[in-house]
Amino acid sequence: MIDTLTGLFNYWVAVILMMTGLYVVVAQNNLVKKLVGLGLFQASIFIFYISIGKVAGGAPPIIEPGVELYSNPLPHVLILTAIVVGVATTAVGLSLVVRISESYGSVEENDINQADRLAELETGDDQA
Amino acid sequence: MLLSLLLAVAIAALRLRDLFAVVMLFGIYSLLTALFFMDLDAVDVAFTEAAVGAGVSTILLLAALRLVGRYEKPHRHNPLLPLVVVCATGAALIYGLSDAPRFGDANAPAQTHVAPRYLSEGPAETGLPNVVTAVLASYRGFDTLGETVVVFTAGLAVLLLLGMSSPSPIPDFGSEDDQRMQRHAAKGLIPFILLYALYVQFHGDFGAGGGFQAGVIFAAGLVLYDLVLGHLHTRQVIQDGLLIRLGALGVLIYGCVGLYSLLSGQPYLDYSALAKDPVHGQHLGILLVELGVGLTVFSIITLIYYAFSARRVKA
Amino acid sequence: MNLLIDVLSGLCLLAGSFLCLTGAIGLVRLPDMFCRLHAASLNETLGTPLILLGLILQVGLTLTSAKLALIVLFVLATNPTATHAMSRAALHSGERPIVDPEAQEKSSSKS
Repeated sequence: MIDTLTGLFNYWVAVILMMTGLYVVVAQNNLVKKLVGLGLFQASIFIFYISIGKVAGGAPPIIEPGVELYSNPLPHVLILTAIVVGVATTAVGLSLVVRISESYGSVEENDINQADRLAELETGDDQA
Repeated sequence: MLLSLLLAVAIAALRLRDLFAVVMLFGIYSLLTALFFMDLDAVDVAFTEAAVGAGVSTILLLAALRLVGRYEKPHRHNPLLPLVVVCATGAALIYGLSDAPRFGDANAPAQTHVAPRYLSEGPAETGLPNVVTAVLASYRGFDTLGETVVVFTAGLAVLLLLGMSSPSPIPDFGSEDDQRMQRHAAKGLIPFILLYALYVQFHGDFGAGGGFQAGVIFAAGLVLYDLVLGHLHTRQVIQDGLLIRLGALGVLIYGCVGLYSLLSGQPYLDYSALAKDPVHGQHLGILLVELGVGLTVFSIITLIYYAFSARRVKA
Repeated sequence: MNLLIDVLSGLCLLAGSFLCLTGAIGLVRLPDMFCRLHAASLNETLGTPLILLGLILQVGLTLTSAKLALIVLFVLATNPTATHAMSRAALHSGERPIVDPEAQEKSSSKS
């Protein structure tokens, strides 16, 4: 039981952090806060992956004479790619938010949905 | 311990209404994640997360906040449904992880498939002690090419969305006389930051580092210049037209290295075709490829920051 | 000789950690933004180089200690600048230090 607890603790905390980030994305109204939540979600997934790659008693995967056991380098490579792609998508998301704010006047999801519904009603009246 | 701090920061970011504080907490979260990675022997990843997450991401979020508005409006909505969904997903994930290999297990499937070969043959085949750089640039070169193109595409997307307005002719903050102290400190630090970026770029073969980290640190030096001395001056130092060409040049270098191998009769991105001795070929190929990556990352991140910084705040 | 270096480095580490801890406590407990900034920044600007000095004594005279010495210089250069920038930004956005606590309590307080 204790073995399970210490062995799986990292993964459980990563899952809890993931769910916190997911809650921010789903339940918060402000678009910038949603993007921050997405960033929290991504970082928790990185924690999960790097926890998979750790070998107990290993060293960082830089080959040095005299060290026998190294941690797994493959998750490091994948997460390096993921971090940079994450910041690229955050940048694109933020530029979308800036354009939305200039076009609708607000970055709250409620206001944007309401403005869209009103615009639909107006164009529906015109077409009908 | 670090993990409980992370949880506290995440919950605080969830509850706050002041978006400035939320962005700062996100920066702290990234820094704690970088410390956690150091604890798990992931030195390259910790370096990148600290530079990218705690540095560039926070700066971009703050630049967007300046254009969008600092406070979140209070809203009344029922949090029950999202909470139920989130808890159900979390419970399902934790249940699914119940027979995952235990943390630190040396016989886990992740550790026994292809990693031992990278660790044992990597330095011999590529000539680099840093196995992460060797895997990133040589064994998994296609992924890195895709990533470089993704960064370039993101820069294009930001340019399409925000455009690049010309810098305002009104003198902005940087030329005021009482910013003297920040100006002097920045002028003293920026050469060392740029030098350090070059050091990280070329030292990535032997220690933590490589193209991505170097590009980000170089961009951070330019962002500091922009913050302290004003956007007008920074645009005169490096024009945006030059930046987009440098970004394209980086991707082109990467692609052409692969093309050269293809034209020499070897598979695409097989660096042993670049020199008579395969190990020298690998070394040369990795050097060129990391150069391309560093060039693209630096120019695109600076370009994205320019796009946010030049945008005028609509009243 | 080794014992002396160990004791010295341990003292430096302890002193540095104590300073950083009290700076953090001051960050939470002090009443005003400028007081908090003062506590946190001053303590860290001495505490971090002390901790790094303790690490330098532990490692000896190698490339690593040269890098650590560079980090000390960097911290000494950037921490006061950042503090200056933060206090100027606070002044610019309207915060004023509490000068007379009783007068502050009588009028509505900002924080």
